[in-house]
Amino acid sequence: MFKYLLKRLAISVFILFGVSILIYFIVRMMPADYIDQHTSAQVAQGQLTKEDVQRMKELYGIGDNSFGGIIKSYGQWLSKAVRGDFGVSFVYGRPVKDVISKYMWISFGISLVGMILNILISIPLGIIAATKQYGVVDYAVTILAMMGISLPTFFLAALLMRVFSIQLGWFPLQGLSDATQILTGFRRVLDNIHHLILPMVTLVILSIGSLMRYTRTNMLEVLNSDYIRTARAKGLSEKVVIYKHAFRNTLIPIVTMLGGSIPGLFGGAMITETVFAIPGIGSTSYKAMLQGDIPFVMGYMMFLAVLTVLGTILADISYAIVDPRVKLQ
Amino acid sequence: MSDENNTNVQATELEHESLSDSVRALSPTRLVVKRFFRSRLSMVGLFIIIFLFLFSYVGPLFVPYGETQVFPIPTEVKVSSSETFVGADGEKYQYYDVSTGIDYYKSAPSKEHWLGTDSNGMDVFVRLMYGGRISLTISFLVIFLETIIGIVFGGISGYFGGKIDMLIMRLVDILNCIPTMPVLLVLSSVLQAIPVDIIPVGMRIYYLMGFLTLIGWAGTARMVRGQILSLREQEYMVAAEATGISAKAKIFRHLIPNVMPQLIVQMTLGLGSIILYESTLSFLGLGVQIPKSAWGTMISLADPSKGQSILQYYPNLWIAPGVLIVLAVLAFNFVGDGLRDAIDPKMKR
Repeated sequence: MFKYLLKRLAISVFILFGVSILIYFIVRMMPADYIDQHTSAQVAQGQLTKEDVQRMKELYGIGDNSFGGIIKSYGQWLSKAVRGDFGVSFVYGRPVKDVISKYMWISFGISLVGMILNILISIPLGIIAATKQYGVVDYAVTILAMMGISLPTFFLAALLMRVFSIQLGWFPLQGLSDATQILTGFRRVLDNIHHLILPMVTLVILSIGSLMRYTRTNMLEVLNSDYIRTARAKGLSEKVVIYKHAFRNTLIPIVTMLGGSIPGLFGGAMITETVFAIPGIGSTSYKAMLQGDIPFVMGYMMFLAVLTVLGTILADISYAIVDPRVKLQ
Repeated sequence: MSDENNTNVQATELEHESLSDSVRALSPTRLVVKRFFRSRLSMVGLFIIIFLFLFSYVGPLFVPYGETQVFPIPTEVKVSSSETFVGADGEKYQYYDVSTGIDYYKSAPSKEHWLGTDSNGMDVFVRLMYGGRISLTISFLVIFLETIIGIVFGGISGYFGGKIDMLIMRLVDILNCIPTMPVLLVLSSVLQAIPVDIIPVGMRIYYLMGFLTLIGWAGTARMVRGQILSLREQEYMVAAEATGISAKAKIFRHLIPNVMPQLIVQMTLGLGSIILYESTLSFLGLGVQIPKSAWGTMISLADPSKGQSILQYYPNLWIAPGVLIVLAVLAFNFVGDGLRDAIDPKMKR
């Protein structure tokens, strides 16, 4: 187990290295870098000379855009990144790490609640659908789940806003807090939650489908296995067969999948956050991307890559923990 | 109870199949086709897909309007505002101002324009058709390219193994860890800076989708490799080996055709997700640009950050494209699921 983990970590380091090279080159291709955008006015007025701008770029480490220059600055970036320093964000003016850790928690909160709701809704639905295979319930649940998967985030968000925020006025349209009044303490938390309900509902509706279908498929597979026939032959009630014998084995792949998706909760939901104007990590990085904030974009993408790698490792480990038949090697 | 039903269904089906077997032996392909057409959901999906294709490729031929044709239709818009103020006598006064403006755009649905016109005065219904062309064309292009790259790399990796396998699989790992949407966003800003005479605005989405292909083949390659690893050990491959045919023939004549069923399922399911990527990019204003139409671009009019009025008062502008996206993705998912069940019936029965 320990040896396996070491090997996996070594491979992960290699993968992350490869990812960082690819992403760095893509990010450096970004045009009109931040400094140009923000100094063009001063250059035009003669307050800054071209040399000043160039010196600023050198300071930011993006002065030389030739192939060799990019490799050199990638080396600089890497040597700092290995030590945990991802540079200072151009747009937010603070270390990338601080910006990410500041905005990460809002996204994590939304995603975590969304995930819990998702589990509570879709696993029972999936089991019911599997036990009533080809029944009305099965078809209804399957079609609804498929619709959830097929909905584009922004369209669902627009529909929810139109109905629940504009038409019915139950929830605020956008943002994280009410701008018209200053609230403190508990009332403020309540206000924030009030603002976050629609985004959470969006996330839940979008994710129910896949988990529910996954549960259904696995449950069907388990229900077709021999030991379930034995359990039935023993004369156990259908309830015991399904919820005691079958359910436990259905959980194996589900726990694996959920374990693997925990790191992803920190990554934020870019589109949902942007449409609802919630200051999470997703919308923050979207803004940074539009402005050519190279250190931040780089840091954020590496953050996502690390989360993905961690996710797969966690999935494998949780598989070994839940299913004693699995041996990691 | 439900279990009883299940066994009954199974029994009747067994009977049915054995009967047809005694009459005429069906080839595996025919069996798959038969099973596919028996499933109701996949039939619904197939009909939706056919409808969408006719709608977006044949539809424009029957409509006299062009994609970017502007129809200025004057509509009277009542603008009213009210204000309360306290007069010099200390009384409260309410002041109303009602004026009538004329808006040439965003006309209501009418006989001539079934879904009205949008904020540029273009016919919404016609733009739905052209938007469908973009989505469908792009999704098929991307999926085919992805699959071809995936087959080549996965096939080589699975067949030869060893160092090549190791190299390709690490590349696949790396590509799997690249966050797709952020990278596409960055690339779209790169494309925006390239002068229009090198890459025309209308072509940007194709380049973007090209990048999506370059990132997206990893999943297919992994699947093909896994399948080939297990197929390689089967007896018919030993037989193929004994005949002494070339490696190329073994991979592309004997192994890949056996992976095809799973590949087709994955391709069908992938079509939906590519439509979602394309429309999301267009929604963010980074994909297809006005005056060209795309479903995502049409919905972006309703983005509340750009003002609430369209979201609130003009549902005819953004509901229809959204419904079409859902229908398209849903249909591909239905058909993909139906194909999977038809190809691998033991999953279901």
